[in-house]
Amino acid sequence: MLRRIIDLITSLKLTIVCLAAGMVLIFTGTMAQVHLGIHEAQERYFQSWVVWWPMEGNGFRLPIFPGGHLIGAVLLVNLIAAHVKRFRWTSKKIGIHLIHAGLIIMLAGGLFTDLFAVESHMRLQRGDTKNYSEDQRHMELAVIDTSGNDLDQVTAIPESLLKNNRTIDHWSLPFRIVVRNFYQNADLKMLRDAGPAAKPIANQGPGAMIAVRPLPRTTAQDERDVPAAAIEIVPKEGNSLGTWLVSDALGAPQTFSCGGRTWMIAMRTARYYKPYSVTLQKFTHEKYAGTEIPKNFASKVTLIDPERSVNRDVLIYMNHPLRYRGETFYQAGFQQDDRATILQVVHNPSFLAPYVACIIVAAGLLWQFGFHLFGFARQKRTATV
Amino acid sequence: MKRFVPLIVLLVMAGWIAENWMPPKPTNNAVDLVRFGKIPVMVGGRAKPLDTVARNSLLIIHGKQELILDNGRTLTATAGFADVLFHESTADQYPVFHIQNDEVLGLFGWEQSQRKYFSFAEFSPFLKQIEEQGDQADKLEAVQRSAFQSAILNLRNGLVLYQRLKNSVQLEGTAHFAAELKNYISTIPGAAKAAVQAQHGENFDRSELNAVAELIQKYEKISELAYVLAVPPIEPSGEWRSVGDSLLRSVVAGEIHPVVVEYAQIGDAYRANDHRQFNQHVDALINWFAKEQPNATKRASFEFLFNRLQPFTQSMALYILAFLLACASWLGWSRTLNRSAFLLLLLALAIHTFGLGSRMYLQERPPVTNLYSSAIFIGWGAVIVALILERIFQDGIGAACAGAIGFVTLIIAHHLAGSGDTLEMLQAVLDTNIWLATHVVAITTGYSAMFLAGMLAIIYIVRGVFTRSLKKQTADSLARMTYGVVCFATLFSFVGTVLGGIWADQSWGRFWGWDPKENGAVLIVLWCAIILHARWGGFIRQRGLMMMAVFGNIVTSFSWFGVNMLGVGLHSYGFMQKAFPWLLGFMISQLALITIATTPLEQWRSFRETGTPSPDENLATDPVA
Repeated sequence: MLRRIIDLITSLKLTIVCLAAGMVLIFTGTMAQVHLGIHEAQERYFQSWVVWWPMEGNGFRLPIFPGGHLIGAVLLVNLIAAHVKRFRWTSKKIGIHLIHAGLIIMLAGGLFTDLFAVESHMRLQRGDTKNYSEDQRHMELAVIDTSGNDLDQVTAIPESLLKNNRTIDHWSLPFRIVVRNFYQNADLKMLRDAGPAAKPIANQGPGAMIAVRPLPRTTAQDERDVPAAAIEIVPKEGNSLGTWLVSDALGAPQTFSCGGRTWMIAMRTARYYKPYSVTLQKFTHEKYAGTEIPKNFASKVTLIDPERSVNRDVLIYMNHPLRYRGETFYQAGFQQDDRATILQVVHNPSFLAPYVACIIVAAGLLWQFGFHLFGFARQKRTATV
Repeated sequence: MKRFVPLIVLLVMAGWIAENWMPPKPTNNAVDLVRFGKIPVMVGGRAKPLDTVARNSLLIIHGKQELILDNGRTLTATAGFADVLFHESTADQYPVFHIQNDEVLGLFGWEQSQRKYFSFAEFSPFLKQIEEQGDQADKLEAVQRSAFQSAILNLRNGLVLYQRLKNSVQLEGTAHFAAELKNYISTIPGAAKAAVQAQHGENFDRSELNAVAELIQKYEKISELAYVLAVPPIEPSGEWRSVGDSLLRSVVAGEIHPVVVEYAQIGDAYRANDHRQFNQHVDALINWFAKEQPNATKRASFEFLFNRLQPFTQSMALYILAFLLACASWLGWSRTLNRSAFLLLLLALAIHTFGLGSRMYLQERPPVTNLYSSAIFIGWGAVIVALILERIFQDGIGAACAGAIGFVTLIIAHHLAGSGDTLEMLQAVLDTNIWLATHVVAITTGYSAMFLAGMLAIIYIVRGVFTRSLKKQTADSLARMTYGVVCFATLFSFVGTVLGGIWADQSWGRFWGWDPKENGAVLIVLWCAIILHARWGGFIRQRGLMMMAVFGNIVTSFSWFGVNMLGVGLHSYGFMQKAFPWLLGFMISQLALITIATTPLEQWRSFRETGTPSPDENLATDPVA
């Protein structure tokens, strides 16, 4: 029995089945990108264990195809097992082993990146200084204690904790937060424009004059969800202070008092704080003469890191990112008629894996096909004689 | 005698080519449009000769690089362009705008008839209507537009381009431009004085101010409209400007740019039909450029030559001829025909290489920068590999593949050129010669090899099923060639894909982003891996290998074209929609070939009638097991 299992997981047939399944998955996933958008299709097809049908809803769902992670994992096991079992240190085999060792590193690196890489954005207007980047796809509820002299104390609650009727109790806050309503994507309108039937979901702040209409999650490439929630502030000693509407569509944070201190509350994109800061000096957007074709985008920034005594100017432009303290800053875009730059900030601990893998595989391929090519020429010569 | 036939074939074809390469005779008693066509201008961010602007504009508006007038006379692009620039009342009558959509014709109350081409003059009563309809269509995404909307938008864009071209060097309707300029520059000091006086509340001569104001308005208009930036900078760090822009700056400079003056003289001479004056001023302008802008002039002159030679059209003709000769060689007279095909292919390849190299020189880039150049390069790469195979095996198979792939890829390139300049400037992220030279070249070489393997397999299947010519030895060598080429394709596709990942890591911060073009590339790699593993495992033999190689054509065409049609992702700069039916047709034809190959081997003509043992009786040799 064990033998049969070993035979199965080391078999060439399993390799071919995995590769074929991979092709089917990639093809259908690519076609699905047309309707779902790149990001959504990626999550459902490639970064999942199984592909479900139907895709949406909490009702009855069938797993209809293995997802990217499952196929990748099986292929990884199959590759490792097969090569452990068949390893031979001969010149004829060494190329094959090298190729597959490289592929193993690449697959493992891909999985690692999927699990641990963090992508965020830093949006800077000229003169702006920021010591954090923002994750456009995730929100947080920031509760800020503004009573300190120099520093604000920020308590950030991730979006995933904001579910209907959940109570959030944190040691740093003298009150509890009760989530009354939570919408993944919503449309906010002034009450007087929203028709007679509309009712506000909050009774404090501007939210008392706003109607909230839930929307399905967006799939368009250039749009994102606008989440909204109604939260009730209940002091740990005393009565409820009321319900506030929070959403990043609202703009400025809202203020209230509790426990003799002034608090600000806002739903905003999740922030990753850094031990250094970046200031935009200048953004340039060059075009080819007489056309709208972009020639170059470049951001000149000042990087200040007191911990490491760094204070220098850096030019970030196309194909020339800034790599600093495990993070990489890429020129990703611009806004507001070139007055603001958008830098993509990536933290990927396994970014070297594909480089290493590529070199190993290329060496293996050259060895193997070089070996074969000579054989091919030899065969031909004997055939023509 | 037979020995000389290939040489004779080669010499005849080389003679035909050489005739095209002869420089045209200089014309003494007519306007010299050859010299005129070499004048460099700046359009689309690149300095190019007027000839290129003329050809590309005509291609966009008219769909062809030549114009056939209603009286049957053929007009070259440059000749027509000279009228557009200097004599628009004539150009307005040329039937250039191509309309086939009956709903568009119906908009103007016209019935569909034999006529497909219409002149600007015919549209002039409807310009407002066309603009409104075009604007509405413009709001939609390309995929959402109906046939009518696409057609009307096309027409609107064509009309806009035409009007911008007309106003590139002078405002349309100007009769004596040189005299007007003289007047302009002489009145500026007086007007400036009057303006200062007016500012200080003194008495001033209003008529002087008015005369200049009128001209300035005119030049503002052409500086807004101009499509061509005709005036080069005097100092090296400056920018190219339109004639109107340059004239507006003359107010401060106090003098008119010499290029503007020459253009004015050229235009006046053209209208007066004075060919001597025209040629004299064209020469003066060219000489000025040669002195002040030597680099742009040299390139423009070379590009003019490149345009005239049309190297890809010539190699296309040679490729198809070589393909037919190679196929004929399997029926008889093999050695002679084979040799002829091989020599013709070498000639075709030489011209193809000249074309490819010229494009690289003109653009100062590695060979592949857009979809058009990828077609040129795929053909080129496949022809070289196929010719190497032909040299080794000498059985006409490599030659047939070279001819077929060379011809088809150049036809595809020809149809991809419809959108105008194929030497366009590159978007910021692509502006890196290292990655263009490695990633893009490796990927396209992989495509070449995939198509070559597919073509070899098609020859195997067609010859095997329909003819008696697939002998065992031929079948075996075809199998060996296909296998070798698939290995080659695997190497290049894999390396190319990974290099692409590294480029993406460098510029976007992720090695892999599941972008459709990336997915297409990895599909090719996976398919190659499946073919190789299936063969090494003994799951497929000769016929299976051939069927899988044909399917490789489908995978590769999806990766090359199909993903661009999805309209998503970062690689959509190669977007194109019209080719969809062709792509679908190609894929169906390949599936049909695979189905044909599934007929039992006993029924293949080659194995049924000749008694050749069918190749699947020979076990595949396994190079790794």
